[in-house]
Amino acid sequence: MLRMFAKIVRTGIVTEPAPDTADIDKLGIEVKRGIDRRFAGSLAIRHVDAGSCNGCELEIHALNNPYYAIERFGVHFVASPRHADALLVTGPVSRHMEAALKRTYEATPAPKWVIAAGDCACSGGEFGVSYASCGAVANVIPVDVRIPGCPPSPQQLLIGLLALLRS
Amino acid sequence: MSLERFLASCGSEGFATGTVDAQSLAPALCLEIRREHWVSAAATAKAAGLRWCALWARELDTGFEAFSCLAAQGRYVVVRTQLGANEKLPSLAPIYPAADRPERHAHDLLGVLFDDAPDTRRWTRHLAWSDKEFPLRREFRVDAARAPTPPDDRYPFVPAHGAGVVEIPVGPVHAGIIEPGHFRFQAVGEAVLNLEQHLGYVHKGIEKIAVGRDAMGLVRLAGRVSGDSTVAHAWAACQALERALSIEVPRRALALRAIMAERERVANHLGDIGAICNDVGFLFAQYQLTRLKEEWVRESHAAFGHRFMMDRVVPGGVAADLGSDNARTMGAHAAKLAAEVASIIERIEASESLEDRLMTTGRLSPEQAAALGAVGYVGRASGQAFDVRRDAPYAPYDTLTINVPSYRAGDVAARAKVRADEIQVSLRLICELAGTLPEGPTRAEVGAVGKESEGIGFVDGWRGEIVTYVRLDANARVTRFFPRDPSWLTWPALELLVQGNIVPDFPVCNKSVNGSYSGQDL
Repeated sequence: MLRMFAKIVRTGIVTEPAPDTADIDKLGIEVKRGIDRRFAGSLAIRHVDAGSCNGCELEIHALNNPYYAIERFGVHFVASPRHADALLVTGPVSRHMEAALKRTYEATPAPKWVIAAGDCACSGGEFGVSYASCGAVANVIPVDVRIPGCPPSPQQLLIGLLALLRS
Repeated sequence: MSLERFLASCGSEGFATGTVDAQSLAPALCLEIRREHWVSAAATAKAAGLRWCALWARELDTGFEAFSCLAAQGRYVVVRTQLGANEKLPSLAPIYPAADRPERHAHDLLGVLFDDAPDTRRWTRHLAWSDKEFPLRREFRVDAARAPTPPDDRYPFVPAHGAGVVEIPVGPVHAGIIEPGHFRFQAVGEAVLNLEQHLGYVHKGIEKIAVGRDAMGLVRLAGRVSGDSTVAHAWAACQALERALSIEVPRRALALRAIMAERERVANHLGDIGAICNDVGFLFAQYQLTRLKEEWVRESHAAFGHRFMMDRVVPGGVAADLGSDNARTMGAHAAKLAAEVASIIERIEASESLEDRLMTTGRLSPEQAAALGAVGYVGRASGQAFDVRRDAPYAPYDTLTINVPSYRAGDVAARAKVRADEIQVSLRLICELAGTLPEGPTRAEVGAVGKESEGIGFVDGWRGEIVTYVRLDANARVTRFFPRDPSWLTWPALELLVQGNIVPDFPVCNKSVNGSYSGQDL
C-alpha cells in the first residue's frame, strides 16, 4: 500500500499544464463556463455506439484519462439516457442499431442535444449508406453538433462540446 | 507432424481431387476436395490435431466455393470445395464447435445451405434484410432503398425453465462507452447458469462494400474492420493483396509495419489492463496505465502522424516514415516504459483484493480453449501458446525472437498477466526494430497482374491471429474480402467462461476477453 502511495506521489498530477496540454486546459475552461451557464454546472452525456468501428470509443475513453480529466469541467458520462442532457453518437447508424438509437433518443429528456462524433456519424464515412447502414446519424435522429475526425482526437471532441454550448 | 499426417490421410482416403497446391494461397497449402468429403476431411483434421481457424465462401456462376482454414504448428492448410446453388454443405460445427457462427454468417450473407448444423438460427442477419435476400450475391444491390429497420425483439433465445431461474436481458445499448450487442443471462440468484450472446448489431456490410474497391480503398476499409486493431487488420489485408499481386514489400516498410503493430499491441494492453482493474474498483492501476497509454499514443502521433496509426499501412508498404531521431527516441522511450509498467504491474500483483477478485474468476480451461480454437491472450492464458509471429513468422518477425507468454489458469488474472508479459515482449521488439531499421524505400508500386488472383494474410494482432482472404479481378478490383477477426474465436469462449460466475463479475470477465463487436459483426 505504501509503495502504491509512493508511486502516486512520485507521478504527481499530469493534468497540470504541460506545454502541449495548455491549449486543452484553456479549451476545457471555456467548456466549463458554457456548462455553468446552461446546465447549472454539469453536463451529463450518454454515449451511444450506433455502429462504429470502435476507434471513436478509444478517444472518448481518453477524455477520462488523467491528461484530459474531462470531469473537472463538469462533463460526465452517464449509464442511462434518462439521466442525460446530451447523446454522443458514434458510427454510421447500422440498420441493426436504427431502432435502438431511436429508442435511446426517445428515452432522453429534453433538450436532448445530439452530438455526432466522428466522420461516420457526420457523413457515413467509410461505410456510407447501404443495405446495412443508414449512414450519418442525422439520417435517423436530429443532430445538433458534428465533430469530424477519424477518429476525432480528445481535443477535437472538447472543441465540439464547446460548439454545442455556444449553439 | 500432424499436418503431414492430415495430408497423408486425405491422400490415402482419396479426398483430394488434385495435388496439394502450395501456390494459390501461399504460405497456406490448398487442398481441393469434393463436397461429400467435406466432413470426413474435417474429422481427419481433428484426429490429426489440427486447429480450426476460419470458414468463408464466395459466389460462383453456378453455386459457391467454400473455404475452411486449418492449422497445425504454425502451418496452414485451406480446404476448399465447390457446390451447386441448391446443394447443401455438411456442417463442420459438430466436429469443430467454433465453425457454428461462421457457418450461420455464411448462410445469412450468401445463402450457403448447411446440413446437420446443430444450430440453424440466423446469426448476423437481424431484420434489415429478409431471409430470401443474400447481400453477398452479385444480384443483390448494395444501395437499394430500404424502409426503417424494426427492432429485432424476436430472436429465438434458448429458453430457461425451472423454479428461481431469471433471465436478464442486457443491451444492445450498454451502460458505458462500449460497442453494442445483446447478452441474455439466465441466472439463479447471482450465479450465471448460462449466457447467450446475440451480436450483429454493428453489421455494416463490410464484405459487400469492399467489392469493386481498388487496393488502397480496400486497405482503408480493412483498417476500420475494428478500429482498435487498425494496423493489424490493414497489414493482414495488405499481405493478402500483396501475395495476390506478387508485390515485394521493401524491408524498411515491413520493419515499420511491425513497429506500428507492436505499438498498437502495447497501447491496447495498457488500456485494457487498466480497465480490468477499474472494473473491480482498483483505480490506481486504471489512472496510471491510462496515463501511460495517453503518452504512448501521443508518441505514435508524433512519429507516424496518427494516434492509432490509421491508414499508415498501405498496399505495397507504409505511408509514414520514421526519421533517425524519432527511431532513437522511440527505442529509449520503449525501454523507459518497460521499467515503469513493470513497477506498476508489481503493485497490481501485490494487491490482495485484486487477487481475490481476479484469480479463479471467469475460468476457461485449456480443454475448452483447445475445443474452441481460442487464439491471442484468451488462448495463451488457457494453455494455447500459439502466436503467428513466432509459429508462422512473416517478415520482419522471421528474423526476430518472439517470446510467447502462456499460462494454464485460464482466469481473468491469467489473461491480464499474459497481456502484461506481452507488453514487455513488444517493447523489446520495438527497441530492436527501431535500432536496426533497414535503409531503403518504404513503398513498392502496386499494379494489376492482368488476371484473376487471390491471396491470404495471417497476422498476429493484439487480440490474436487475423486471417484475411482477398480475391481480385483482372484489374485488381476486389471481388471478395473476408477478414476473420480473432473475436470470432473468443466471443464463444466468453459464453463458457462466465458460467458459474456471479452476474456482477460479468463486466470484468467481458473486459478480460474484450472481443471486438465490430470485428465479428463485419
